[in-house]
Amino acid sequence: MTTTTLTLAKALNEGMRKAMEEDPKVLIMGEDVGRLGGVFRVTDGLQKDFGEDRVIDTPLAESGIIGTAIGLALRGYRPVCEIQFDGFVFPAADQIITQLAKMHMRSLGLVRLPVVVRIPCGGGIGAVEHHSESPEAYFTHTAGLRVVACSNPADAYSMIQQAIACDDPVIFFEPKRRYWDKAPVDRAADPLPFDRAQVALAGTDVTVLAYGPMVKTCLEASGATDRSLEVIDLRSLNPLDLPVVVDSVRRTGRCVVVHEAPVFSGYGAELAARITEACFYHLEAPVLRVGGYSTPYPPSRLEDHYLPDLDRVLDAVDRSMEF
Amino acid sequence: MTLDTAQPELIQLLTPEGERIDRPDYPLDLTPDEIRDLYRDLVNVRRIDLEAVALTRQGELGIWASLLGQEAAQIGSGRALRPSDMVFPTYREHGVAWCRQVEPIKLLGLFRGVNHSGWDPAEHGFHLYTIVIGSQTLHATGYAMGIQRDGSDDATIAYFGDGATSQGDVNEAFVWASVFNTPIVFFCQNNQWAISEPLEKQSRIPLYKRAQGFGFPGLRVDGNDVFACLAVTRKALADARSGQGPTLIEAFTYRMGAHTTTDDPTRYRLDGELEAWKLKDPIERVKAYLVKNQLAGADFFADVEAQAKQIGSDLRKACLELPDPPPQAMFEHVYATEHSLITAEQSAFADYLSSFADEGVS
Ligand SMILES: Cc1ncc(C[n+]2csc(CCOP(=O)(O)OP(=O)(O)O)c2C)c(N)n1
Ligand SMILES: [Mg+2]
Repeated sequence: MTTTTLTLAKALNEGMRKAMEEDPKVLIMGEDVGRLGGVFRVTDGLQKDFGEDRVIDTPLAESGIIGTAIGLALRGYRPVCEIQFDGFVFPAADQIITQLAKMHMRSLGLVRLPVVVRIPCGGGIGAVEHHSESPEAYFTHTAGLRVVACSNPADAYSMIQQAIACDDPVIFFEPKRRYWDKAPVDRAADPLPFDRAQVALAGTDVTVLAYGPMVKTCLEASGATDRSLEVIDLRSLNPLDLPVVVDSVRRTGRCVVVHEAPVFSGYGAELAARITEACFYHLEAPVLRVGGYSTPYPPSRLEDHYLPDLDRVLDAVDRSMEF
Repeated sequence: MTLDTAQPELIQLLTPEGERIDRPDYPLDLTPDEIRDLYRDLVNVRRIDLEAVALTRQGELGIWASLLGQEAAQIGSGRALRPSDMVFPTYREHGVAWCRQVEPIKLLGLFRGVNHSGWDPAEHGFHLYTIVIGSQTLHATGYAMGIQRDGSDDATIAYFGDGATSQGDVNEAFVWASVFNTPIVFFCQNNQWAISEPLEKQSRIPLYKRAQGFGFPGLRVDGNDVFACLAVTRKALADARSGQGPTLIEAFTYRMGAHTTTDDPTRYRLDGELEAWKLKDPIERVKAYLVKNQLAGADFFADVEAQAKQIGSDLRKACLELPDPPPQAMFEHVYATEHSLITAEQSAFADYLSSFADEGVS
């Protein structure tokens, strides 16, 4: 039996475990990742089985986590860093943006930094401020970083291993409100490369682009409408698997982009621009974007208004169809 | 090289058994009324905390960071301040908030998810709670630089935890405060844990000793001794006011509860540790002192209990009555002045909401 039903959190855990078994250079580091197993238990049991040298409870400093991960990588290790919550990646922004992203190029390709930065992202769990951010656009805007987002347990299992195996730095977004979602994971399956998009649901009326937590929302939206939605799970934000997107939009002629991050200057803006360039003569309507507002993430009692939901996705689908 | 690991001196004015210790370097003359008031404060803030934990269990708050065990550190330091001083707290300083006359209900908004903060920092001399670890220490330092430039003898106090001492911001705050000799007290509540990480994960030397390397004095106080916390904070504030610059106070205490209501400390610490700290309870020792010195009797303690109970039930009632903000509230106060993008999004949002009203959906 190679297929078992796992939560997304457990799938990540098993993916990391496999990577650690296969390569003794793989390390886990972060705040509370050891004995506690992380605040979401994603690293549960790894310190017990691999020891404190390989699963490192770090001092409380994100810049320190990424900066020392860079040093470990220079020495041949493959650190997998956990940032406890999305809002706490910013103290590490300098190390990520000015150092991690650029060192390979600065060294004329001599230095490789296979560092994975895992970030539980997004809202929907009723948390206090700084615990529900969607900071992907800061990183997709930074050359030298690969940026991916998993949306389901099977992808979580394979993509985390691919991210660890990759010789580039990878910003790895995990949809925290989906950590407890369960689905079958086939460990023997031949996984899609992690920089490729996947058609999550084939359809003919409107192409809906999503990643991370919003994939499920869009799939649910498709179940609540008579329109035929083609839902694409982008999986990789940088690089973007544009051919899969273009092929779909040329067929449907309509596209809605959905993410939790604010629409203004969000990742959807890049998608809309690329699609407009590549599909201009096929478009029946402008690319529409659904996302957060241009406000700080609101207090949790308002987050249902802030976050795209089924209704807002379908509202955009209707507007696209009626354009 | 070996490290000097000698047990550091712990400044204590009241033993866990309620015995008063005199320290000429930290004189403290309290009237019986003042001591009784401190006791009341301790009991009241513990009660507020217990109520908030209960409200969280019942789903009325999303999360709560309990101060259980840290009452003396917070009341002692909080009562050392004067109204025009400025406090920069973390998310756990409910006891200091009490001293700054922030109504307890106003603390609950953040944790219930109805706002990000509920009080006017200027009115109370008590800044917003800060969740991002360590950031506020720099704000406190900058504020103190402002005080210097104003020629005022106010001071600031920055609260932070043992874990926070690892953050770059906190170390930068130490550098700034030292270089500019700012009127600031760094009040570190070493409650021994940063979520699941014990102090050894942050430091190999006692935290207060770090101050020396930055160029200002540091000291360790019994954080469960309200007298000592009051006396050392008064002294540090007096130094700050008189141009002698910063002090780091390490209040040695213990987080008797979980990190927050979502945490499960049984995964990482032993029960015995808590049992040992219970013997050093910050409230019991003041009670023992009051009784031993015949400063309070059964009537007083009954009255304190009754008042605390009332505060607890008032808080509960007020929490249940806290309304959810209207959806439009999320567009408020993003900018101090008119902003066309917000205006446009807000009006599109209003149209979107009213499209449901047409369908009769509530
Ligand atoms: C920059 C940042 N990183 C991580 C966190 C998550 N976090 C919240 S509290 C905490 C531990 C703080 O420990 P300490 O400074 O000792 O304060 P305590 O909670 O014990 O009062 C952590 C890691 C955060 N809030 N901010
Ligand atoms: Mg602590």
